Amino acid sequence: MSEGKMKTFTGGLAIAALLGALPLAAQSITGAGATFPAPIYQKWFNDYQQVASGVQINYQAIGSGGGIRNITDGSVDFGASDGPMNDKQLKGYEDKWHYPIYEFPTVLGSDVLTYNVPGITTGIKLTPDAIAGIFLGKITKWNDPELEKNNPGVKFPDMPIVVAHRADSSGTTYCFTDYLSKVSPAWKSKVGKNTSVNWPVGLGGQGNPGVTGIVKQQTGGIGYVELIYAVENKLPYALVKNSSGAFIKPDLASTTAAAAGVVMPPDFRVSITNSSNKAAYPISTFTWLLIPSHFSDAAKGKAIVAFLHWAITKGQGEVESLDYAKLPSSVVAKEEVAIGKIKY
Amino acid sequence: MEQLKGGDEISYLITLACSIVIILIVVLLVGELWYNSQPAIKKFGFSFLTGTTWDPNGDVFGALPFLYGTVVTSIFALVLSVPLGVGAAIFLAEMAAPKLSNALTFLIELLAAVPSVIYGLLGIFVLVPILRKYVAPPLAMTHLPIFSGTFYGFSLLAAGLVLTIMVVPFIVSVSREVLLAVPVEQREASLAVGATKWETTWQVVLPNASTGILGSIFLALARALGETMAVTMVVGNTPTISTSLFSPGYSIAAAIANQFAEASGQLFIASLIFLGLVLFGLTIVINAVARILIIMTAQRGM
Repeated sequence: MSEGKMKTFTGGLAIAALLGALPLAAQSITGAGATFPAPIYQKWFNDYQQVASGVQINYQAIGSGGGIRNITDGSVDFGASDGPMNDKQLKGYEDKWHYPIYEFPTVLGSDVLTYNVPGITTGIKLTPDAIAGIFLGKITKWNDPELEKNNPGVKFPDMPIVVAHRADSSGTTYCFTDYLSKVSPAWKSKVGKNTSVNWPVGLGGQGNPGVTGIVKQQTGGIGYVELIYAVENKLPYALVKNSSGAFIKPDLASTTAAAAGVVMPPDFRVSITNSSNKAAYPISTFTWLLIPSHFSDAAKGKAIVAFLHWAITKGQGEVESLDYAKLPSSVVAKEEVAIGKIKY
Repeated sequence: MEQLKGGDEISYLITLACSIVIILIVVLLVGELWYNSQPAIKKFGFSFLTGTTWDPNGDVFGALPFLYGTVVTSIFALVLSVPLGVGAAIFLAEMAAPKLSNALTFLIELLAAVPSVIYGLLGIFVLVPILRKYVAPPLAMTHLPIFSGTFYGFSLLAAGLVLTIMVVPFIVSVSREVLLAVPVEQREASLAVGATKWETTWQVVLPNASTGILGSIFLALARALGETMAVTMVVGNTPTISTSLFSPGYSIAAAIANQFAEASGQLFIASLIFLGLVLFGLTIVINAVARILIIMTAQRGM
């Protein structure tokens, strides 16, 4: 570069720096994936635009499966998923792009069991055996001994249990079936964990509203919905016995506690259901952002890294206002290290 | 003359191009479904249609419960909506005063414009509770196998009824047009030889309009087979096969809509696309049956 050109170049840079918010300098980033964290992601992306002017992030909540598909075929800059990518999907990604993809937990959520039994208010106590028994179709009446012995003082009617589950495949179902697979060998061998499974019993509702609709209308109904949804709609929900034997009320603190109890692997692909932490609500899960480990577009890579850093630090201050549980600080520290490994 | 011929050629080419584009879309659609469902076709082949297990974890996929739910709810809807729709059409075309007929037709056609999600919501919050409270108990007392078992509300029965309400306007408005198109002279001739108004309608007008009425019925059937949102909201989304209409079920369109977004795994996705192909095939088979029926009735008419 000649001296003259260099001058013009630096001059240009100075002008660009002066007009930082110039639309030309705008960095547009697109992502797609999970629906569960979509409200907090939208809020983050909006707020981040004020923090880092010119960085515009568009997010399409098309579902976790779609998020994994889109990031693998390269049609978006980042993906999002409620369940971590499995080994086969990770290998598929690396075979195609020749560099790995990283997964960063962003917030936590949990599934609660909501029910509709006449005369019984919120806060019944459920054991893992009771939940597995009900969803396997082994416990069919509300006055089953497994329910009665843990709820002294609650008068259960002799009423059939009607199970409601999600008909659409979802991360909520993944979290719930992952939990059941851990606490019930029968569930693990008969049904297993996935975003949609072959349910032994029950009616399928579409989305959280669909499951709630069935439970609300069907006396004797029970189903699982996201904590946020249950709180917003003031649904009754159950306390669940965790691995240390305590009955835990699902809330933001007990959800975060679930993440504090696990040994975090370097790739963050960890299930936190049935956490060993004493204060943990056992049916909890992370949700992940799927970020390529290499960006050929340096400006884009830089913007994404800056956003990630913001999301797991300052951004965490916003999550509780939308009823998501925030990351424990131990996880944030580990993620900071991993973010540093992204190349651009 | 020369110019007019040129105009004819141009219009011929333009309309030909339009038809080719439409046919091309259909061919591409089938091709794309076929191509993307290859993993499932190779793995399951014909047994996909007879399999009753749908287990994304075990990679076992069988479409029979979905096929069954689709066919049962659609046929049920037709059984109710055909007499209702054709009856209403006869009233509107033959019996009602023209002003009343026009006003009522307008209202009935409004029903066709209601988005299906609205029908689904009405199904959940109005129809299902009514069915559970007032309709199911007397039906259960008949002890017929089609009304047996526990009634949860969300059922093949509820889905069939919602579909009935959704397809009736198609039958009414098309059948009415067809009945009105029957030449007045035919009616006058029939009345002139001493037939009553009803005899004229039943023995002269209806047979004349039968092809068109059948057409309206198959239009309704096509709508019922492909309906997604309203069905999934009330059918209970459980892939089972039961002779009881009280039992929950599942339909092909609902299964695809529910599961595709979060589906992972090549075979799962391929199986969902295969389901789409099966629905397409089902529509073709039913349309073919329709054609044959129309030809048969036409021959009998002569």
